[in-house]
Amino acid sequence: MSTAARQFLEAAGTITRNLRHRGLIQTALRKYETARDRKKAAFHDWSSARQSAAETKWDAINHLDTYLEEFVAKLESRGTKVHWCPTGPEARDTIRGVIRDAKAKCVVKSKAMTAEEIHLNEALEKDGFEVVESDLGEFIVQLRKEPPYHIVFPAMHLTRDEISDLFERELGSAPTREPEELTMIARRALRRKYVQADVGITGANFAIAETGMVSITENEGNARLTAALPRVMITLLGIEKVLPKMEDLALFLPLLATAGAGQTVTGYNTLYGGPRQPGETDGPIEWHVVLLDNRRTELLADPEQRDALHCIRCGACLNVCPIFRNVGGHTYGTTYSGPVGSVITPHLRGLQDWKHLSNASSLCGACTEACPVKIDLHHHLLQNRRNAVGDTPSWIERLAWRAHAFAVNTPALYQFGQEVARIVEPLRRRLQGTPLDPVKSWTRTRDLPPVAPESFKEWWRNRQ
Amino acid sequence: MHGRTTGRRPGRGSGLDRQISGPFDRMNITLFIPCFVDTCFPQVGMHMVRILERLGHRVTCPEAVACCGQPAFNSGYWDEARMVAGKTLHHLRDAEAVVIASGSCGAMLKVFYPQLYAGRPEEAAAQRLSERTWEFSDFLVNKLGVTDLGARFPAKVTFHDGCHGLRELGIKSAPRKLLEKVRDLELVEMGDAETCCGFGGTFAAKFPMISTAMGEVKCASAAETGAEYMVSNDSSCLMHLQGLLSRQGKPLKTLHLAQILDPQ
Amino acid sequence: MTARERILARIREALTVPAPRPGAHGHDAGHEVHPATAATGRPVHLARAWLPPGGSTPEEQLTRFAAASAELKTDFRCVASEAEAHAQLRQIADGEGWKRVASHHAPLTDAATAALGRPTLFTDGGYPPDDLEACDAGITTCDVLVAQSGSLVVNSRTSGGRALSVLPPHHVVMARRDQLVGDLTAAFQRVEALHGRNWPSMISLVTGPSRTGDIERILVLGAHGPKKLTVLMW
Repeated sequence: MSTAARQFLEAAGTITRNLRHRGLIQTALRKYETARDRKKAAFHDWSSARQSAAETKWDAINHLDTYLEEFVAKLESRGTKVHWCPTGPEARDTIRGVIRDAKAKCVVKSKAMTAEEIHLNEALEKDGFEVVESDLGEFIVQLRKEPPYHIVFPAMHLTRDEISDLFERELGSAPTREPEELTMIARRALRRKYVQADVGITGANFAIAETGMVSITENEGNARLTAALPRVMITLLGIEKVLPKMEDLALFLPLLATAGAGQTVTGYNTLYGGPRQPGETDGPIEWHVVLLDNRRTELLADPEQRDALHCIRCGACLNVCPIFRNVGGHTYGTTYSGPVGSVITPHLRGLQDWKHLSNASSLCGACTEACPVKIDLHHHLLQNRRNAVGDTPSWIERLAWRAHAFAVNTPALYQFGQEVARIVEPLRRRLQGTPLDPVKSWTRTRDLPPVAPESFKEWWRNRQ
Repeated sequence: MHGRTTGRRPGRGSGLDRQISGPFDRMNITLFIPCFVDTCFPQVGMHMVRILERLGHRVTCPEAVACCGQPAFNSGYWDEARMVAGKTLHHLRDAEAVVIASGSCGAMLKVFYPQLYAGRPEEAAAQRLSERTWEFSDFLVNKLGVTDLGARFPAKVTFHDGCHGLRELGIKSAPRKLLEKVRDLELVEMGDAETCCGFGGTFAAKFPMISTAMGEVKCASAAETGAEYMVSNDSSCLMHLQGLLSRQGKPLKTLHLAQILDPQ
Repeated sequence: MTARERILARIREALTVPAPRPGAHGHDAGHEVHPATAATGRPVHLARAWLPPGGSTPEEQLTRFAAASAELKTDFRCVASEAEAHAQLRQIADGEGWKRVASHHAPLTDAATAALGRPTLFTDGGYPPDDLEACDAGITTCDVLVAQSGSLVVNSRTSGGRALSVLPPHHVVMARRDQLVGDLTAAFQRVEALHGRNWPSMISLVTGPSRTGDIERILVLGAHGPKKLTVLMW
């Protein structure tokens, strides 16, 4: 078992016993479902919208080289500096270089899961830069020195009281139970940063090839401010974010907002096509777009699972996943959690180390059903399991399955097994709960059904 | 739906559906009884047999078929899964219709056998079997066109949708149409009816704490409805949920759909 | 090989094996590729065919925009004339005690700020960010308004820059009725028509005041951007 797997099991064991956490997350996600269902219902034809989005992303990903080249050419023609980064460390170094060259001291950041992925903040802080997360949820978890809990709602796991205590501790603010007041505390703390920061770092939701623009989706306006005032702007995005045409946004922005947050569209959806242009009054003088591969091309090379790159990072699969709802985002121990994280992390970080995330699923399929771009998520989990076995089988488990096959294929042996189970049942009951219990992973929390005195097949046979 | 029929017909009572389209076609139905139903819930199979025979069909149950191979398949051991699936495929190859008490085993045969044998000599056979396999409620409602079995069950019940049946096989309305026709039964839907109960096959044993948490959430949803019974079309879900309820001493009881639909 | 060439080479190598077309799985399957897609080889959205309705007449669109604004807590006022809009603007300014506002030079905003008669910071040609930060309101024009979603579009070149519409705590938009279109598809078309191939560096679809649900999923307005958004239309 890998270290990550062991940590996962431990963390899952602890958190599933935390009924307060369970209640908090279930409530939050039920609210989301209600909002989402309302907005879905407003679509004439949600099903066709998903299909169209799936086809558009198929087009984008399966012609990725063409669209990327178009995107970059358009960006460069208007003064944007584009950096291609095959790995996370290269992306980090590139960004650090830009910040150093800008002689910056303070960096303000809006939400970017790719930045989490490459552990950018730690690297920048180690270099002595002050990095301020401007998204409220990210700001909160940054103060708590923990990773985001959810790719869209970073602080979903916290109550207002916990946030108030945090702000009191870290910012010296007065305690309050009002979400509005807490938000204002953060707003005031960040106001100066927007104006003072030398560098603004953003992520991006989409990269529009046709016009050479990135599209950034948000509700708070912090990304807009991050992109407005600092003199150097850096946008980090994965190469898979490509969309062919600007008009595609008329479909994707509502889909993203509906699936991700139960909104028609989010508060701000902004296209950026260059640094400050001639005749413009503000905006960064320099704009650097950092394109990140970081093993996405490996996922691309797996035609069975290539559609995982269609992901628009809406978070819908996390929200509906019963595993996520019970273990929460931190348990996964990696940047991308929930079903999509479980699918792609083995590709991005190693199959053997991360296959356990694909195993930790009942394959219920709620994720696939929720995905606005129709990624075949739960079947990919199954494929990851098959691939992990094909790669490095466990000989004990292989033997066990072969023994099982032999037993069920041999009626006499199968019946004998049933007889034995019937006979030893009283003994098994006595062993229940002790270290000798052979099925203790089940019986620790559940009763086993009794072996019936007459099996169906016996009844059937007697009937003939 | 009391159409005129031809041919000898057992069955009694008004309100019992006959075959709706034309002359009665007696079918040869092969029951697939998975190992846990065989061993721990034989009554589910017994009720299925009685229901189908009362409708005038001939039911068989091949001795040699015990497992669909899903446990090994879900664990990623597809070669080993094929050892079991191959036998099952062989024994069911001549079946006119295969009916299964569990959505998960049904999904295995109907959806995953073609994938398991893709590009292999048995692919065509797997495809043929897939086309002739049904989960029990789906079979009754959509193949036989029957919703009223003359059953009576005076209680408040809530229905849990087994995930494989729901999402792999598209079964949602069939069980409800059947329950609607059960006299004196009050059906209340629980919030999260479609949320996974946490069984998930080997998942229940490999990640027992998550499995248990999911089951607890489901049991709480069911209890909120005030129902006396939680009913499902998947015995594996019920095994897990009943195991939790019994251990926790909760009053909610579980039943398989077949146990409610059989008037006896 | 440069990093660019490395990445592109990996992509091309990966794409030599085709991936199955989407949506061909699950009981939701059986979706035929739309005939228009099959014909052109490129997905045709026909977004109007399945997105929420925006309204087919100007009246319907107005109603839809008003309804969306109410839900978003955008203060939308459709009045009879530009003069009436100026009167409303003065009312708001008095009510909120505006001491200094910010705006940009354009026919609609020049008329509005003149009618308002308050100290005004014009962002055209550059401005001290601290001064903008201290303004009570940012008054701008917009490119287009969208009935379907209750949105409006501002840009960095003809709406006074990137910060004007997002830094001050109250964003006021002066708009004409003929700037309202039905849906997002039409909005993008209008933006393209307006800016041709000389795109501003920023184009923003603004939908309501700034908001967050990050604390216990409870809606709070004015997270970082404006707490209030007012649209004065005539």
